[in-house]
Amino acid sequence: MTRTRRRRGWIGLAFIAPGLALFLIAIVYPVLGAVQMSFYRWQILAGAVSQWIGLDNYVRALGDPEFWLSLGNSGFYMLLTVPPQIVLGLLVALLLKAKSPAQPVFRALFYLPVVTSWVVVSLLFKYLFADQGLINFTLHDFLHLMSSDVSWLSDRWTAMIAICALGVWKGIGWSMMIFLAALQGVPDALEEAAMMDGAGRWRRFRVVTLPAIWPSMTFLIVLLVIGGFNVFTSVVVMTDGGPADSTQVLLTYMYQQAFTNLDFGYGSAIAVLLAILVLILSLIQLRVFRDRSGVEA
Amino acid sequence: MTAGRRRRPLGAILRWVLLLAGAAIMVVPFLYMLSTSFTGQAYVLTIPPQLIPDPPTIGNYVQALGTQDFGRYFVNSVVVSVIATAAAVLLSSMMAYGFARFDFPGREWLFRILLIGLVVPAMMLIIPQFILAKQFGLVDTLAGLIVFYVAGNLAFNTFLLRGFFAALPGELDQAMQMDGANVWTRYWRLAMPLARPALGTVTIFTFLSCWDEFAWALTLIQTPSNATLPLALSLFQGQNSTLWGLVFAGSIIAVVPVIIVFLVFQRTLVQGLTAGAVKG
Repeated sequence: MTRTRRRRGWIGLAFIAPGLALFLIAIVYPVLGAVQMSFYRWQILAGAVSQWIGLDNYVRALGDPEFWLSLGNSGFYMLLTVPPQIVLGLLVALLLKAKSPAQPVFRALFYLPVVTSWVVVSLLFKYLFADQGLINFTLHDFLHLMSSDVSWLSDRWTAMIAICALGVWKGIGWSMMIFLAALQGVPDALEEAAMMDGAGRWRRFRVVTLPAIWPSMTFLIVLLVIGGFNVFTSVVVMTDGGPADSTQVLLTYMYQQAFTNLDFGYGSAIAVLLAILVLILSLIQLRVFRDRSGVEA
Repeated sequence: MTAGRRRRPLGAILRWVLLLAGAAIMVVPFLYMLSTSFTGQAYVLTIPPQLIPDPPTIGNYVQALGTQDFGRYFVNSVVVSVIATAAAVLLSSMMAYGFARFDFPGREWLFRILLIGLVVPAMMLIIPQFILAKQFGLVDTLAGLIVFYVAGNLAFNTFLLRGFFAALPGELDQAMQMDGANVWTRYWRLAMPLARPALGTVTIFTFLSCWDEFAWALTLIQTPSNATLPLALSLFQGQNSTLWGLVFAGSIIAVVPVIIVFLVFQRTLVQGLTAGAVKG
């Protein structure tokens, strides 16, 4: 038995080997590489010797106003995109919960932006937020909510708002889908019992629905926060970090340092800082949410 | 609040109004893009905006596919996405089968290493990956895109498929073994057909992620003729910031295959999307 087991074990390894080899070379080795490079003044020319500078790249980041600005923009993006995606995604899911012939149609329409490529929707939003675009026309000429046109993409905060609007618009369908699946798991009997007890709509939601979908909500929030700090394509396409680098986010700043300024060491340090930040945020959230669900259960 | 039953007609109306308004916000931008792609350059970004092109023209499409070479970018995207998807699904299903069906020293550790791929942000790796690609002579090649797209999709796919293979009943496997079927036959003829729903999900997700990928293509590709659609679109718009009709003709060319895949495989997609999320 043990002999056949061991022989079977080798066959298992053979099944894993090709994929694992590629994974080790193309993913694991670069993970270690990024950490290593962050400790060097990295020379990209062949033959040039890179210089070990310890934590200098990290120290430099902490004293670099542009780094803090891009961190701030990433945080702003996260704060302005995560709550709306949760709230609106849940709202749409609740509205679509009841089975009806129209439900799959609506579901598909809300999901359409999710499957569309980031580059295409970023171009589209750049066009919508252009000076003579549909947004200005709707808000100024049509609804008269603004007294004049806003040059959205030529100011830091309005440009960030446009970028965030895209993030929310593209993401609602995804959180809706997660919530729809989670809502299937809410026992009808509980809901009815609460109704019998005279619980109002809000109370039923808070006492019955929310605890039942809490695990999915946790999962979603953690992933959305990670996604928020990974914003890249929409910024590159819509503003390319401009005007005057005021809308750089962490990843576009990292990219600029690495591939425009060819400072691979500093770029790597920023990448590592981002990875650590995301990891810490995820761990904190998982802990907080688990505690909360423990109290509510 | 307690009068929920009596207020139902009003509630139903409110529900429909909200849903329709939401759906309009989701769809109108797409329609506007479609309409702009059929609008002549002189009529783009006029006030009031032209929602229905007058006069409509297919000139943008003719130009996109003709002088602007979008046909070539389309082919590049198809080649890269199809090969990368096939390779990623094959390799990750083999890994998943190995992890699910066999016991070998270090199995748990190897699986944990694989989980790194789920945790680390892909963009963090882009600098060392570029250096790696340079060492292997993969810079500015479609092969370089394919290799790293396959690698980037392995962890998630293996993770998803392993659960599926582990849930398949072992008796069938043993019965086939009794009949003298070798391991490869059992994997290819038994496990793979049974795992078809999960393989479908994994295939669609991998294809969409390759089709849409931008950052790595931006980094690796230098010659325009090697560009994939997302890269070509962004470069084109960067250089011709006002030719929106042409930009969106190219965008529609890029988006249509995705929307077809989405509509045809909607059900598989939804199942796969929610599979990981709801177990909690």
